[in-house]
Amino acid sequence: MYRGGTGKEDALNPIARNPKDFWTGLIYIFVGSAALIISRDYDMGTAVKMGPAYFPTLLSVLLVGIGIVSVLRSMFKSGSPIGAVAWKGLFLIVASTVLFGVIVRGAGVVVALPLLVIISASASVRFSWKTSIAEAVGITVFCIVIFLKGLGVPLPILGSWFGN
Amino acid sequence: MELLANLGLGLSTSLTPLNLLYCLAGVFLGTLIGVLPGLGPTATIAMLLPVTFTLPPVSALIMLAGIYYGSQYGGSTTSILVNVPGEAASVVTALDGYQMARQGRAGAALTTAAVGSFFAGTVATVILALFAPPLAAVALKFGPAEFFSLMVLGLLASIVLARGSLLHAAGMVVLGLLLGLVGTDVNSGIQRFTFGLLRLADGVGFVVVAMGMFGLAEITRNLENEEDRSMVVNKVSSLMPTREDWKRMIGPILRGTCIGSALGILPGSGSILGSFAAYAIEKKVSKNSKEFGKGAIEGVAAPESANNAGAQTSFIPMLTLGIPSNPVMALMIGAMIIQGIQPGPSVITEQPTLFWGIIVSMWIGNLFLVILNLPMIGMWVRIVSVPYQMLFPAILVFCGIGVFSLNNTEFDVHAMAVFGLIGYLFVKLDCEPAPMLLAYILGPMMEEYMRRALLLSRGDPTVFFTRPISATLLALGALAVIAASLPAMHKKREEAFRE
Repeated sequence: MYRGGTGKEDALNPIARNPKDFWTGLIYIFVGSAALIISRDYDMGTAVKMGPAYFPTLLSVLLVGIGIVSVLRSMFKSGSPIGAVAWKGLFLIVASTVLFGVIVRGAGVVVALPLLVIISASASVRFSWKTSIAEAVGITVFCIVIFLKGLGVPLPILGSWFGN
Repeated sequence: MELLANLGLGLSTSLTPLNLLYCLAGVFLGTLIGVLPGLGPTATIAMLLPVTFTLPPVSALIMLAGIYYGSQYGGSTTSILVNVPGEAASVVTALDGYQMARQGRAGAALTTAAVGSFFAGTVATVILALFAPPLAAVALKFGPAEFFSLMVLGLLASIVLARGSLLHAAGMVVLGLLLGLVGTDVNSGIQRFTFGLLRLADGVGFVVVAMGMFGLAEITRNLENEEDRSMVVNKVSSLMPTREDWKRMIGPILRGTCIGSALGILPGSGSILGSFAAYAIEKKVSKNSKEFGKGAIEGVAAPESANNAGAQTSFIPMLTLGIPSNPVMALMIGAMIIQGIQPGPSVITEQPTLFWGIIVSMWIGNLFLVILNLPMIGMWVRIVSVPYQMLFPAILVFCGIGVFSLNNTEFDVHAMAVFGLIGYLFVKLDCEPAPMLLAYILGPMMEEYMRRALLLSRGDPTVFFTRPISATLLALGALAVIAASLPAMHKKREEAFRE
């Protein structure tokens, strides 16, 4: 994360002094402007007969406004730091979920589920191969019985990559 | 005597073997996730939504409701036994409940929580049955302008009651409203904000957003300070409180029930605010205020009654107005829409079996909960000790398979991952996801009501301020925001959330 230099610089730098307001404001401005630009492709209509652009345009302007106030506030008022970010946890949780989505049809649940369990579990500081593998086996069996057989979720046990 | 007839209808609906079974399943699951720290009712209900699509609407909603109020019971068990709140609404219960457990009075604390919850649940059921129909009758007279203003009020309230900065919460609401507009516009038929993706033609899946922001993001947040979790489970001895305990818990249970019921109805609040307020008030009025924090039974009785009462009365705006007061209710509305029921004041007249069935099932569910929680406490104690590093991969698996089964597409799994990422980002920036989810549900409805209101007024936007009910609703919302941003209140608000 960004850390400012000496105390004097910090006092002038909103990113260091009030990062939450600053970044949140920036995100709001960005999303609001994007929505505003995209809405221009749609018909605005009139107040009597609102077109598809009417409500989104209103919201976008509002969001940009909130974003600007937030950024301005970050320049005048100090706030709390963002704090530690669980980068490893975030990456492993998101990556294991995406991987599951990518391979579940091709490889089937017997490959995709254990990988999801083991990769995500490795995000924990208390990760152990033994318990994770045992858990992966248990969960896979449970899911095949309950979701695939019981509730009929159309996922292959062994996917097309294995010639099925 | 219409009430009795209605309750009779509710009884006959909720007492069918199938619905009894789903009620039991709901409260059992609710207790389970309440006991397990790190897994909340929002994520659980989101995970189970796909499963409920195949059920009849009444059974589905009975089960989902059971999960919500059941989690309030279960949350207290963890608070008392291990000093880790199993549920956000049970945070304050840990203060005195855990101290009681350390003094060897865990059993008495658990019984107090269960008795308080049961009493509160019974009262809240009656309140729901008494007040929901007249409220729905009033709402039936609402025009589009009134509905629009009511939704504005609901969203403003959720901003005021959100943790952290008002400004950020307001932004989250607008963001949610915009997100809700993604997909095909019902009036013009054009696709908005889909980036040409066919998968987005029906909008961003509601369950996808909820699971990402409440499931995945929550897991990541819990992984931040994993080391802090110490799991020393206190032993449970005799469950019976002493005669003195019984005497001391009556007042707090009554007060907690009133506070919880009243605050539960407020949009944006649900059960959490009630438990905090009940604890704070009890600490002020109690004769034994010196004992608070050192194992005062009042400190368990009041918040536990309040959170259960609040969990149930928060159904009132959802069932009568179609306005969700918290993310769980937003999910319930999502479930109703998927089941083909249009939420709003007409539910009570058009779907009387559904409406009364849910209400009566709540009382039955509370009865189940007392049985589940007290005699079977040994089982829950063992579940409390399930370590988080085993729990979260399982949550992830259920989210993954659940979200896939919505439309049988991997696209939703990937979208969920993206929302997990976004959700965590917002958590780090002190932007609460709850107001966004409410706004997301309300977005399309608000646009529709605004369109109709302006059509009727021939494009005159002052219609929202000149119609008396609409103006009152907007004024209430404005008042709440002004009150919350006053310097004095602002400080109080921060303190209340820190406690």
